[in-house]
Amino acid sequence: MSGTITPITMPKFGLAMTEGKLASWSLPVGKEVKAGDELADIETSKITNGYESPAAGILRRQVAPEGEMLPVGALIGILADADVSDSEIDAFIQHFNDNFSSGDAEDKNSDTTARRTVDVGDLKISVQESGNKETGTAVLLIHGFGGDVSNWMLTQSALASSHHVIAFDLPGHGESTKQVGDGTPAGFAKTVEDLIKALDLPAAHVVGHSLGGAIALELAKSSPDLVKSLTLIAPAGLGQDINMNFINGFIDADRRKTLEPVLQYLVHDKSLISRQMVEGIIRYKRLDGVVSGLKTIASASFPDGKQSVSLRSVLETFEKPIQILWGEQDEILSTKDADGLPAAISVTRFPETGHMPQLEQAAAVNTSISQFIE
Amino acid sequence: MSRKSFRQAINEALRQEMRRDPRVILMGEDVAGGRGGTSGVKDAWGGVLGVTKGLLTEFGEDRVLDTPITEASYIGAAAGAAATGLRPVAELMFVDFVGCCLDQIMNQAAKFRYMFGGKARTPLVIRAMYGAGFNAAAQHSQALYPLFTHIPGLKVVVPSSPYEAKGLLIEAIRDDDPVIFLENKVMYDDEEDVPDEPYTIPFGEANLTREGDDVTIVAFGRMVNLANQAADRLEKDGISCTVIDPRTTSPLDTGTILDCVADTGRLVIVDESSPRCNLATDVAALVAEEAFDALKAPIRRVVPPHTPVPFATVLENLYMPSVEKIEAAVRSVAAYRVKEEA
Amino acid sequence: MQISRDILTRSYRAMRTIRDFEERLHVEFATGEIPGFVHLYCGEEASGVGVCAHLTDTDTIASTHRGHGHCIAKGVAVDGMMAEIYGRQTGVCRGKGGSMHIADLSLGMLGANGIVGGGPPLICGAALSHKLLKDNGVAVAFYGDGASNEGSTLESLNLATVWQLPAVFVVEDNGYGEATGASYACAGTQKDRAAGFGMPYFECDGTDFFAVYETAGEAISHARSGKGPAMLHVHLSRWYGHFEGDAMTYRAEGEVARERAEHDCLVNFRKHVTEISLLEGSALDDIDASVKSEIDAAVAAAKAAPLPEEADLMKDVYVSY
Repeated sequence: MSGTITPITMPKFGLAMTEGKLASWSLPVGKEVKAGDELADIETSKITNGYESPAAGILRRQVAPEGEMLPVGALIGILADADVSDSEIDAFIQHFNDNFSSGDAEDKNSDTTARRTVDVGDLKISVQESGNKETGTAVLLIHGFGGDVSNWMLTQSALASSHHVIAFDLPGHGESTKQVGDGTPAGFAKTVEDLIKALDLPAAHVVGHSLGGAIALELAKSSPDLVKSLTLIAPAGLGQDINMNFINGFIDADRRKTLEPVLQYLVHDKSLISRQMVEGIIRYKRLDGVVSGLKTIASASFPDGKQSVSLRSVLETFEKPIQILWGEQDEILSTKDADGLPAAISVTRFPETGHMPQLEQAAAVNTSISQFIE
Repeated sequence: MSRKSFRQAINEALRQEMRRDPRVILMGEDVAGGRGGTSGVKDAWGGVLGVTKGLLTEFGEDRVLDTPITEASYIGAAAGAAATGLRPVAELMFVDFVGCCLDQIMNQAAKFRYMFGGKARTPLVIRAMYGAGFNAAAQHSQALYPLFTHIPGLKVVVPSSPYEAKGLLIEAIRDDDPVIFLENKVMYDDEEDVPDEPYTIPFGEANLTREGDDVTIVAFGRMVNLANQAADRLEKDGISCTVIDPRTTSPLDTGTILDCVADTGRLVIVDESSPRCNLATDVAALVAEEAFDALKAPIRRVVPPHTPVPFATVLENLYMPSVEKIEAAVRSVAAYRVKEEA
Repeated sequence: MQISRDILTRSYRAMRTIRDFEERLHVEFATGEIPGFVHLYCGEEASGVGVCAHLTDTDTIASTHRGHGHCIAKGVAVDGMMAEIYGRQTGVCRGKGGSMHIADLSLGMLGANGIVGGGPPLICGAALSHKLLKDNGVAVAFYGDGASNEGSTLESLNLATVWQLPAVFVVEDNGYGEATGASYACAGTQKDRAAGFGMPYFECDGTDFFAVYETAGEAISHARSGKGPAMLHVHLSRWYGHFEGDAMTYRAEGEVARERAEHDCLVNFRKHVTEISLLEGSALDDIDASVKSEIDAAVAAAKAAPLPEEADLMKDVYVSY
């Protein structure tokens, strides 16, 4: 064999993914790529995401045609150097497919990831835990308004290779009990505190997104001992403005046609909002108690179209590391809310990125978090 | 969220609504079964295909009522109970049996509200099995949703999957009008992910199970699955289809149908009910009237022939719409070109 | 049997109201101002009133195409009924039901019914509601000798017994189903039918208020006490045709005249109560006068009331659609 052949396989975005659709190739056959260049768009049941090349080489084959649904781990393309012959590639593909079984990829993860329900007072909180518990302080991921653990689909699996990572659905969200209490960030912070205790964690590196950022700040305020560091991604609680077209639209829209434009506020690259993602949120909103819960949260946290609670003072008093990550094109909360903060706080702004950097800049966000909590 | 069969999804919807609201009761022939038997076994059947199994144990004989085999009296009783404070779910077993109790549905339950000047509420659900493909022959295989759709005052639901069935049945039970909920008997073992929590899917809002540019397929109940399969095959040949599952035939989401036809200009309707005056003719008339200018090809209907449902498998297969028949119809409308005037 | 003065007064007033209502419709219908068709209850007043005297608004009744009497006996407003029969917007059903569909569910009146045999299954359901909601109510199905042969009725007798429902099945046997005699159309006897379903059977002269009141009381008590359904067979005569315009050529000459002369429930009631001094003739006269003016006012109001509007056409098909 004269050169390297790199198989490109259907990636696993998030823990629940078992199959994905090759939505489109980003490059034609014959094009040279570097590691990290986008090779293709992969559509999953949650989101369409760019798949970055794991290696350098020439895209020699597009094994999967556009539109094909394939299991995780299935061969979708071949990277190889120019001197690799076509017959070698054919033989490689033949050999790969003969040995591929779609259960493989799933099996590798199943022993480290678990979804379970934890009783927290009267609430049942759905928790998704991954990584090794022996690796030190856990990382706790708190999603935002209307979100769920799947918001961390590109975060949790990446961090889990070196950390114990816990994502969970807030009350009123995902698969947790649909009771939101008073709907304030402080109220949710109390639940998070109880969850941390129920999970027997001495403390956690807390990562909060959007409303989850405000919850993380409330937690740092009320129970600073439980919080080892704070990573705030496009957090609420630092300013007054919020895009109420998103909040109200998210609550009111009940059809794909009306919800899709609302969800597009979340991202800079609008094509990321897949049909399945929209359908998933419509299905979530149909559950008993969801819409009334979201209304309670919205009126408690954003009465009169403004954020009700300012938590900037927490940034000054909290004595442990804080970092803030924000997309420059955020259409829901403005990155200018991160201006004028104490110098010790690191603020990273991602260009060409909307309200969900953990999806749009997954690799960079994951690197920021893992370096920050080392 | 867990994988549930169509049967389990319906059972769970009933169970959750009976827990939520003590006024929800169940009645029908052998919805539990075993009463008066010599063995003393209770809940012997739980419905002729086991759909209501276990509900007797949880809710007792006051709320899970086995009836004599007298459709007129118990369907009428369900209507009367609905008008006087209960929220009955009556099971008609096979929808073909409506012949024995149509008066109670058509002239009583459906009419109360209008004929009493808006003073009545009749929160009644009638569940029944429909559809061919089971070698059940002419008296146990009909797809009679057009019959009910024809009657103002009734709502008619034809769910296409376990997820749809649970959400639509809970919606039906909470609805204050009489609802006919028709379950395709071939689908009871179909499985998919269904949330464990209660949820509702609103009536009159079609679901697009595929979105494409070339041909719109409107399909009802189980036919949605066949249409999806046909659409997936056609996609490989470069014909992309929108598949519309109207979910309810009354109310009917005419807006979505017209929007999609406006986009594709080509329409195939798949309906397993008898072909005269069925939903396919209804949708065809709607589109002919409201979207004539958008049409680039004649409307095609994939429907059975105008015969009773036959017994022998070979005949029943010939009778039923199939993936192949849908594919052929879509190909023909996709290939159709309007002749230029000379 | 003791009957309170209050019940006697109310019952007389109800019977007089039904009589005047129907006699007035007989006259007004002939003018052509009333749309559709009407079935009059004249001659049968004591039946509906004698039964309903034992019921409250919690109890439920279902009626027939000949439903005006049952409606009045159950307390439905006379002006609203008259307006309904005239097809007016102010009618109890806003002009959408007409004579055969007068209902008021708030009074437990589940509707007159255009379908022969339509009511008994509904009454099984209403009785089931009373039983499961534990409101101590009973449900009463009025139906004629014609409907007694309907499968839906016979099924209901069975179902009510199987489920031990607090239901009373009142067969108003006026001897005719439309233009066909019960002696021809009804096989066996109502009594044997009740026995066949294991149901207690009561029977009375339906032109005698006191007989109906007493017998209905027993049947209703039986049902209300949780012992299951009962049948009450009321023997009656109707004084007008099946519907207005029916020349009744199927009835022997003098049959109706004899009934009117000998079995007028109002005349006999007055005779009975005044003979034994339960009520004074003058009190009854006052009721007669009051009812007359009530009917006059109802007719005048109905004629003056607005017709339904185009917007009403699509209203109230569904609660939501």
